[in-house]
Amino acid sequence: MARKQNNTITWDTFSEGLWRENPVFAMLLGMCPVLAVTNSAINALAMGVATTFVLLASGILISLLRRQIPKQVRIATYIVIIATFVTIVDYSIQAISLDLYNALGAFIQLIVVNCMILGRAEAYASKNRPLKAFVNALGMGAGFTFALLCLGVVREVLGAGKLFGFDLFGPQFEPWVVMVLPAGGFIVLGAWLLLFEWFKQRKALSESEAVVEAR
Amino acid sequence: MSVAEEQLQQPATPAGPMIRTLMGVAMLSGLLVVLTFHFTKPYIDENQRRAIEAALFQVVPGAVTRRDFMVTEKGIFPATEKKQPGDMRFYAGYDDKGNLLGIAANTRAQGYANLIHLLYGYDPVCQCIRGIKVLKLAETPGLGDKIITDPVFVANFEALDVRLAEDGKALANEIVTVKHGSKQNSWEIDAISGATISSKAVGKALNESAKVLLPMLVPHLEAIVTIIDEQVTGGEANNM
Repeated sequence: MARKQNNTITWDTFSEGLWRENPVFAMLLGMCPVLAVTNSAINALAMGVATTFVLLASGILISLLRRQIPKQVRIATYIVIIATFVTIVDYSIQAISLDLYNALGAFIQLIVVNCMILGRAEAYASKNRPLKAFVNALGMGAGFTFALLCLGVVREVLGAGKLFGFDLFGPQFEPWVVMVLPAGGFIVLGAWLLLFEWFKQRKALSESEAVVEAR
Repeated sequence: MSVAEEQLQQPATPAGPMIRTLMGVAMLSGLLVVLTFHFTKPYIDENQRRAIEAALFQVVPGAVTRRDFMVTEKGIFPATEKKQPGDMRFYAGYDDKGNLLGIAANTRAQGYANLIHLLYGYDPVCQCIRGIKVLKLAETPGLGDKIITDPVFVANFEALDVRLAEDGKALANEIVTVKHGSKQNSWEIDAISGATISSKAVGKALNESAKVLLPMLVPHLEAIVTIIDEQVTGGEANNM
């Protein structure tokens, strides 16, 4: 895809991460936290926000330093920068809530190796102005959080009969235990991917029909 | 131009900028991490203290004050940062008049998925375990996590007998986990059907800890039946 390397910030800079290049549904990046921590909506939301923060902060710093970082050591530099912000998030979540920290477990630290963040650093932040990198990272982070929430909400509602901890169906509801197990993550992810692909195909079809009619 | 040729034609980056960049980024990183650590430490400590107290007050019903102790062969001492050989840490829970209600200690055992971490409350009057609180577990949802939610299983720990034997060197009866529905004695734990491994892990964790801690603790228990003075508590009052 030919992306113009100019400095203008458009709505597209932000929105491509939300939909067209959604990290989870379009690029299938960062699958490990997507499957592991989406067993409840609050975990999904917290993970999304934490990842977004790392994405934003590392994006800005890498963009600021993009002319100083020699090509040969760029990956090492990016990883150190990303790891720094992940450590900051790690301490901050412990300071906010230990329960949340225990629920997310090792997946906070594993944000370091989330390929989406390194991917954005390499493909976008290192080639664009800080503000543009910031807007794009915000869109990507929002897209990632949105995708995690899509999974988390479905899994929590079906797997525990709750949403954000509030009971939805009362005591007679028998939870689908499989939904909070890893297998449920794969099933729900598959279902969402199917839905998104169907949307995309329908849109492509209607666009091509419009072109035919125009002729 | 092939990739190899392209690489050959690139001017080699001198070592200077590379070292400068890496050092600069590493130092910046170190600074940020240290600053964050210092800024968040009081909040994290406070959260941990609250989590411990919430768990303690749950397994020692009625307690409102907590003191940290360690017990060795020689007696009971206020807990210090430095670990001594052979010491065991425990928390004491007191009521609002400063009388000892019970003590709580950490223990853990291998469950089905990972280690199960527990806090259990010991009541010196009935010489029994009055409650357990699962601090950390990774058991299968819907099966192993019933050790928290199953009311029948939790009822095992309303008064689990951990009397010491006559010589005071061991438990009179070791805690054992028995098949679901076959509990007959007050030192037995009725397992959850479908979560036998998790149930057994709880029994094992309690037994391993109680059989070491209680013979050391009980002879010296007199020393801590009331909150003696603020020296013993070592500045605890400040962070309460």
